[in-house]
This record gives sequence, C-alpha cells and structure tokens, in this order.
Amino acid sequence: MKFKILENRPINGTTYLLRLQGDTSTLTRPGQFVNISVPGFLLRRPISVADYKDGEMLLVYEVVGHGTERMAEFRPGDEMDILSGLGNGFDPEVRAKHPLLIGGGIGVAPLYGLAKALLERGVQPVAVLGYNNKEKVVMDDMFRDLGIRTLVATMDGSVGTKGFATDAIREAGITDGDYFYACGPMPMLKALGKNFPLPGELSLDVRRGCGFGASAGCAIKTTNGFAGVCKAGPVFKKDVVLWDEL
Amino acid sequence: MGRTLNDISLEVNLSGVTLKNPVIPASGCFGYGYVMAPYYDLDELGAFSFKGTTLEPRYGNPLPRIAETPAGMINSVGLMNPGIDGVINNELPKMRKVYHGPVLANISGFSIDEYRECCRRITGQTQVEIIELNVSCPNVHGGGMAFGTSSDNIAAVTRAVKEVTDLPVYVKLSPNVTDIVAMAKAAEDAGADGLVCANTFLGMRIDLRTKRPVVANVMGGFSGPAVFPMALRMVYPVSRAVNIPVIGCGGVSSAEDVIEMMLAGAKAVEVGTANLIDPMACHNIINDLPEVMRKYNIPELANINENN
Repeated sequence: MKFKILENRPINGTTYLLRLQGDTSTLTRPGQFVNISVPGFLLRRPISVADYKDGEMLLVYEVVGHGTERMAEFRPGDEMDILSGLGNGFDPEVRAKHPLLIGGGIGVAPLYGLAKALLERGVQPVAVLGYNNKEKVVMDDMFRDLGIRTLVATMDGSVGTKGFATDAIREAGITDGDYFYACGPMPMLKALGKNFPLPGELSLDVRRGCGFGASAGCAIKTTNGFAGVCKAGPVFKKDVVLWDEL
Repeated sequence: MGRTLNDISLEVNLSGVTLKNPVIPASGCFGYGYVMAPYYDLDELGAFSFKGTTLEPRYGNPLPRIAETPAGMINSVGLMNPGIDGVINNELPKMRKVYHGPVLANISGFSIDEYRECCRRITGQTQVEIIELNVSCPNVHGGGMAFGTSSDNIAAVTRAVKEVTDLPVYVKLSPNVTDIVAMAKAAEDAGADGLVCANTFLGMRIDLRTKRPVVANVMGGFSGPAVFPMALRMVYPVSRAVNIPVIGCGGVSSAEDVIEMMLAGAKAVEVGTANLIDPMACHNIINDLPEVMRKYNIPELANINENN
C-alpha cells in the first residue's frame, strides 16, 4: 500500500514523528504495527502505530540503525510502500477503571493511541513513561496534552523519578491501578511480565522476518503453543507468555 | 512474432503432476498457505511447498532468528513446526479452505526412520502430490545438513522414503557442499524423482554494537536476491547431469528470474524470501510472466530450452 508523507521531523535528538496520508481502513486497534519498505534495504521495518484516524496515521520512530537513518531522510510528499494493519493490538475494552500505561523509551509510542482510545471510552489512564535520560524523553508532552496524569522516570534521574517506570508509580503513591498496558524494551517487559502484580497486556518487540506470519522468524513460546509475535501479537496478555522461555 | 496472451502456455509438469504455472512458494516462506490467503487467490499458484515438517513438534532455535544482509537475509528458525500429525490434523484442513492445488510436502528429520515415518503419514493426504525431502536445512545440529552433505546419506534416506510412498520424491539439495552434482546424482541413483536446487547458503552477521552474532544460533541460512546467481550456477550443471526434473530455488524475485532459472534448466521455480518482503510477490510474478515471455519470444515454458 502507498502512503504519502505529510510530515517527517525530529522531536528529540534521535526520534522522528512521521505523519502519513493513505488508507488506514485495515487498522482496527491501537498497538497494531506497519511494515515499511526502506529503499536500499531488503527487509521491511516494523514500526508500531502511535495514532490513526480515517486517511491518516502517525508513527514515532527512533533512529537506531541504517534503516531508520534512511527513513529519517524521507521528505513530505514522498511516497512510502507500507504493509498496514498488522498484528492484533491492545484491547481497550477490558473495562479497567484505572489502567496504567507503562512505556519504556520509544515503546511509549503505541500507548499514545491507546490512551486516546481509553479516553474515548470514558476511562482515564495514567501514563508512566521511562527513559534512559533527559535526551531520550519523548512524547511526554503529547500524553500531557491529552489531559491524563503523566509520570516520567529516567535511569540517570535527569528528569522525573530516578529509576524504572515502576519506581515512578511507587514514588507517586499510585495504588488504585487495576490493569496495565506496556510497551518497551524486552528486559522491561520481562520484568513486568514476571513481577508486576496487576493483570495486563504487553507489546513485544522481536526481530521479524515478514510481519504477517509466514516466516516463523519471530515466534515465542506461549501457553497456547508457539506464537508469531507479528501475527498472534505483538500484544500478548501477561499470563499467556512463557516469560522464562524468552 | 505478434503472439497474443492466449498463445502463451505457462503450464509445466513435474513427474506427472500438472502445474498451471511454474511458480511455487518455497518451504518456510509461506507457512501452511492459509496465512497468505488474505493477500490473493492462492489457486493462482502452480503449487506450494509447506513449512518444513518433522515427526514431533519443534519450537526451533532461540531468538533472534533473523538478520539482514545487502539484498538478502539470514534465518535461523530451525524448523519450527507443529509436527506431522499437527500438520495433518490442523494445518492442512485450514489450507484446504483457501487452496485447492498441488502441495509439496517438505519433510525433515533427524534420522532415516523419522524421514520414513513422516513420509508414510503424509502420503495419501489430499492435495499432497509431491514429497520434498529436506536434507539441507542448515539450522539443525547434526540433522538435516548432515544428510545433505553426504552422498551416502542422501542415497540412504531417498531409498528409505521411496519404500513407503508412491508419491514422487524430490530431494532438496544443500548448496553448502563441494560438489552439488555428486549429491544430485546420488539422489537420482537412489530413485529420486526430482531435485530442488537448492536450499539456503550458510551465512552469518555480527552486530557491531553488541559485538555478537546477530542471530542467536550464530549462523543461519542466507537467502534472497543476493544468492540468485549462486543458485543459478548450481541449477545449470545439476540439470545437465541428471535425467530427472530440477526445481530451481534461490533468490527468485521476478518473472525474469523465473525465466532465467528455467533457461538454466529448471522445470519449475520456487520463490522464497520474496514472499516475506512482499506478500503479493508470487501473484505479481505469475501476472508478469506472459508479458515477459512475449518480450523474449518464449511461447511455452514447458519446453523453453527446446527452441533455443
């Protein structure tokens, strides 16, 4: 599918906001992803959708390698070849009263669209965003602009609570959380999946072959057997993932 | 020549199995078929080869299993599959709802007995018309690759399988050998009905940031457009050395590549990695074939080398 670039600009030293125009009809839930063809590279780049509406989608991506470096060179008006509507996404209908959105680094991106979906359903989530340091903080202003409580933690303490996102939850004295949604680096997800006391769902990031279930490149072990992160996920219920096998 | 599309024939024949065109999605890049059904009508395909299947279910190798290369990729999946009974009971019924053509059953194993038992069980399954004997998966320790790198083993496993099935048996060769023609002849002498040339090439990448191999299994199977010339140069001597059909496989991504493989001697062509980059790849290749055939004055694919 072809998408036209409306905007592709840095929002901190390493992170870009990419706004695209095109057919978003295959997107049905926050937390789904798209797979982007990048000129000069064979494999597509899977990027989670930060937000979408009819005819327009928003991606926020971090430049971490040659592929995302090339993506940063895209200009407004350029066309991108994208497979859209991939993966299952978060379930905003779980009817939690006080869900926590726990994001780590660039993993905060899909939680933004989820926050909007929850607000549309009359649910007020709390965003808990963890980063390595001040330079990596991103999208916290966008969460605040939604009017939801937004906590920030950094590993070096340069902004907000020093430590993990879970330390920010403790420091803020939030005890009424009844569900959590998480996306971030695998060590964070593993820690949450194994130790966090609430029920919840987590969006996993593993290297993918195709993005649509044909290669078995990204399969993990779950209570339902082997499951492709791209097709059965990327979002899994906490209790489904065999965390010790990851 | 002024030929019209109607004059053109894409049909090919593999050991009595008629394929409406020579395009076969390769094993491991198409699941058990149904995963690709959202993208196009799978009955457009000449055939397809299902994911390498073993006697018991296998998870395969640890993550990460995928690395990228210039114009290629490396996978170390390691034969993840639900086991032969899982395939028969769960996968093939789902496949039959969306695909009605011939299937190549890609069978792997860790012993001759395992290969034989898998082939015995899959024989008789509706639509399974060819056994593709995978003696060449590079991702399983002491397993598939060991068979594929010894002509004695290739002969032994081919003979063993021929005893338990009346289906045509195509041996999928490993390119990671010193003399692939010797392997091809060993398979033919042991009774193979055809060959698939070839599986992935062993390769590896190291991540400069972590200073570790990108795939957890260190090495994996290298595939994609980058390997096309290497696969082609194997199809060429192999198809001249044997009297059984050879299916070309390795880096095919376009209708032009299909024709090039067939000019090298292949009777049909498998398309692997291209499906992972673009799920419409085989649909597009099949659609493009008549146009490319007209352009290069090729009326029939089945006897592409008889008029040259």
